[in-house]
Amino acid sequence: MSTTTLEPSIETHVHYLNVSYGIKSWLLTTDHKRIGLLYLASITLMFFVGGSAAVLMRLHLIEPQGGLVEPETYNKLFTMHGIIMVFFFLIPSIPATLGNFLVPMMLGARDLAFPRLNLMSWYLYMIGAIFTLSAIAAGGVDTGWTLYPPYSSAYSHTHVIMAALGIFIAGFSSILTGFNFIVTIHKMRAPGLTWFRLPLFIWAHYATSVIQILGTPVVAVTIALLALERLFHIGLFDPNVGGDPILFQHLFWFYSHPAVYIMILPGMGVMSELITCFSRKRVFGYSFIAFSSVAIAVLSFLVWGHHMFVTGQSVYAGLVFSALSFMVAIPSAIKVFNWMATLYKGSISYDAPMLYALGFVGLFTMGGVTGLFLSSLAVDVHVHDTYFVIAHFHYIMVGGAVMAYLGGIHFWWPKITGRMYPDGWARFAALVIFVGFNLTFFPQYMLGYLGMPRRYAVYPAEFQVLNVMSSAGASILGIGYLIPLIYLTWSMRYGKVAGPNPWKAKGLEWTTPSPPPTENFEETPVVTEEAYNYSAVGEEA
Amino acid sequence: MWSGFPLRPDQASTIAEGFDHLFYFETAVAIFFATFIFGTIFYFAIKYRRRSDDERPPEIEGSLALELTWTLIPSALCAIMFFWASSLYFTNSRPPTRALEVFVIGKQWMWHLQHAEGPREINELHVPVGRPVKLTMTSEDVIHDFFIPAFRVKHDVVPGQYHSIWFEATKTGKYHFFCAQYCGAQHSGMIGWVYVMSEVDYEQWLTGGAKNESMAASGADLYQKLACITCHGTGRAPAFNGIYGKPVKLTDGQTVTADDAYIRESILNPSAKIVEGYTPIMPTFKGQVSEEELLQLIAFIKSLGTEPQKP
Amino acid sequence: MAEHQAQSAVMDPLAHQFDDLQQQHEASNFGMWIFLATEVMFFGGMFAGYTIYRHEYFTAFAAGSHLLNWKFGATNTAVLICSSLTMALAVHAAQTGKRKALVTFLILTILLGMAFLGIKFTFEWSRDWNENLIPGELIAGHPFAPQGEILKQLQEAHAGLPQVELFMFFYFALTGFHALHMVVGIGLLTVLTVMAWQGRFSPERFNPVEGSGLYWHFVDIVWIFLFPLLYLIGGIS
Repeated sequence: MSTTTLEPSIETHVHYLNVSYGIKSWLLTTDHKRIGLLYLASITLMFFVGGSAAVLMRLHLIEPQGGLVEPETYNKLFTMHGIIMVFFFLIPSIPATLGNFLVPMMLGARDLAFPRLNLMSWYLYMIGAIFTLSAIAAGGVDTGWTLYPPYSSAYSHTHVIMAALGIFIAGFSSILTGFNFIVTIHKMRAPGLTWFRLPLFIWAHYATSVIQILGTPVVAVTIALLALERLFHIGLFDPNVGGDPILFQHLFWFYSHPAVYIMILPGMGVMSELITCFSRKRVFGYSFIAFSSVAIAVLSFLVWGHHMFVTGQSVYAGLVFSALSFMVAIPSAIKVFNWMATLYKGSISYDAPMLYALGFVGLFTMGGVTGLFLSSLAVDVHVHDTYFVIAHFHYIMVGGAVMAYLGGIHFWWPKITGRMYPDGWARFAALVIFVGFNLTFFPQYMLGYLGMPRRYAVYPAEFQVLNVMSSAGASILGIGYLIPLIYLTWSMRYGKVAGPNPWKAKGLEWTTPSPPPTENFEETPVVTEEAYNYSAVGEEA
Repeated sequence: MWSGFPLRPDQASTIAEGFDHLFYFETAVAIFFATFIFGTIFYFAIKYRRRSDDERPPEIEGSLALELTWTLIPSALCAIMFFWASSLYFTNSRPPTRALEVFVIGKQWMWHLQHAEGPREINELHVPVGRPVKLTMTSEDVIHDFFIPAFRVKHDVVPGQYHSIWFEATKTGKYHFFCAQYCGAQHSGMIGWVYVMSEVDYEQWLTGGAKNESMAASGADLYQKLACITCHGTGRAPAFNGIYGKPVKLTDGQTVTADDAYIRESILNPSAKIVEGYTPIMPTFKGQVSEEELLQLIAFIKSLGTEPQKP
Repeated sequence: MAEHQAQSAVMDPLAHQFDDLQQQHEASNFGMWIFLATEVMFFGGMFAGYTIYRHEYFTAFAAGSHLLNWKFGATNTAVLICSSLTMALAVHAAQTGKRKALVTFLILTILLGMAFLGIKFTFEWSRDWNENLIPGELIAGHPFAPQGEILKQLQEAHAGLPQVELFMFFYFALTGFHALHMVVGIGLLTVLTVMAWQGRFSPERFNPVEGSGLYWHFVDIVWIFLFPLLYLIGGIS
């Protein structure tokens, strides 16, 4: 508390938010913190657009015959949900908002290496989003987010090309972000900040960036080829003239499987920050967590074939991909166990970010262990393309990535805005989201095992009980996501002034005022200790 | 049979039980780890809750022994699952030799099925209990996927390619099959029923109903009608007797197996793989034969046996 | 640092996020390498597709390759290798602060780049257009439909026309994306030439030249792979 009174209050010191005003000062900014906020606003919007599609789908599925919309519309809804959530929410979520805001600060740098490219990345994202949204407004796309030909290239009558163009452009925004992070992490660390003193958030973002720069160009060219095929009937994916529709799947998953790790790795980085701070402990097994991120990034490029166990690839290819997929489970397990061990003999507090963090560990574990089912060849044959898969990746993406994202937002919110949110509401929301999430997606595991295929607008009546449960959960989950939107917005104006370090956290970003000045630090910090040196916490306060 | 609140899909094929054992094993592993991790988190979170604001926990850096433990134990479990699942998959990937044959054509948005003996069905499949059945599948348009949950089998149905699955039903009854690969507007309407019947009922079903000639016989008619016989029956082009499933030597020195895919390619794109000693004189039949007729021609060539015979 | 800038008459000051010019130089150089890694993956996707279909339809791809004139390809390879040399000399001139030499070599590089594109357009693509060798319906009313001598040649090679069309698609996609990179490169070099003319580079600050040089060499190397894969794969007739 004493620190708050010593610092100049939020209204008087010059920081990145009050240094200049007006729309131009935002749209032309090269400040990584402002760009992070531009991203935050845009992806929040996209999240609620994609989320409303999900709500409509769940409402529709209460009735076996489909209570709400025609099958054609339902197909457009899940396509829109998938494309928006994957390409316009999950992939940019943590890297482009929290990563943008924090990577330079955690490194003790004044900005990213290429601030103008960073701004361009946001503009590319927006252009991509506008293309995709206008494809939806013009009547929608019904191919599923996976865009499999020949359906997408020759049979669908919807706005595939416009949506593909949007994804293509947004891909380059993701490349630019990863590109900027890699160069910044390599070249702009503060004096004394060696690789093994870096916060694990940085390690996770480094691994993510590697995937972004190496994987995204492949999906970009794949989607470009698909668009050419659709426009000009070249025959690339058309079996009638010798093309191979399966080739698309190989190229697509070569990126889109690593893309899963673009979504989850930054979340794991957030976890390491949160768990250490709220248990006041040095992280257990720093180098194991750091290298497991790198291992995941490398392995992620070698497992795409597990999306194709039933498409007719050779049995031997299946064996190799299955073995490699099991191997990805190991670094993920190492992380979970190390976080658990970090809690051991800690000083654990239950602030809202920590509740999200603990929720993440549990839900990610459940998503992870069910991933083992899908790596197992014989089991995958049965559950492939069923609701089991849906449940699995929502546990990873929503239970994992979104929980981590919300945890991170709550953790760094005082740094971003300089103000606190109402803690009681925040904890309540975390609880509602946890309960709603499990009620929505746990029944889907059972549905999948029972054999309900995904992307069904109508379904046999025997699946109804579980579907109703899932829809009920979805309504709770939807409300859970609205609560933070309300109190976080409220807190921007009315929240209690936070001070530079309300959590007594370690890390360079907490050594500068909240909100930080445009240059982040008054003078370049010099790092003399390892990350998470929480044993020294008493001395600083 | 699905009434109430089922926890398990019907077990109605020979592989279903083996599959379920593996599934239960993996479920047990999953429940164990989920409980263990949730439990430990709760236990730690309560036991080590912050009691005063200036508490300073002891410093713990890490432990190599622990890291190895939680690397090796999951690795071992993963290895068990990998070998178990792969051996099941491997065994199931080879259909028994004397299986009943059914040919499946998926198209937006219905399933066309034809038994080798002749009967045609739409969105229904009648099979006898206790006999292996092999489905050879292709698509007329987009990618579909044939999925029978009660038999634990599924495979994509890809245009331009033949893929097969097989099963041996163990219980008579009526089971769902689904299209599991998204294929457009009526994807969720592309479902049907498998009727598993006793051997006697099945024979009755086969002989009853509309009379269809067997697929091989239809193929033989096409062999005449499309004038294949003028070359393939006179030595200007390779004869079909006994070639099915046999290696064929090509002009470029490669060897291919005369399987369904090769026969299909040779009809649609004859110049692609020329048999050694022959000239590429055959015109393409693309657009002249349907997917169904292709399958009939294949059935005909197959019916000529795998041993060379005197013409 | 301030003297540094005044001395070398650098007009762009040190960007605020960097501590010194060396850090800025290292960052931009490293960034260019990372960007090239991205480019490798971009072309890699198309190379993968090419490899798979070439394996599947060897005869058709060889026949398709025979439709291209390897002599033009070889000439263009030589042109590009020369342009890499002049580019390297330009970077060297920038490094040693020789303004005139820098401008000269940049202009030479641009001219060689344009020569490459000129050969491609006038002797190769325009012929493909006239002979209806452009795949699919890329150009309305001009579907892929080889005729006359070319059709005979393809039939004699027993090449399936749709598969030759696939080859032509990869030919156009790969050389097209490559040409696009050349155009971007020529644009970059033009800007650099103007800047060099104005004396905005110095031995302390020439990373734009060095970065563009890396890019230019990369585009050359892509062509070094394209030339054998597209022109020579069927053997020279």
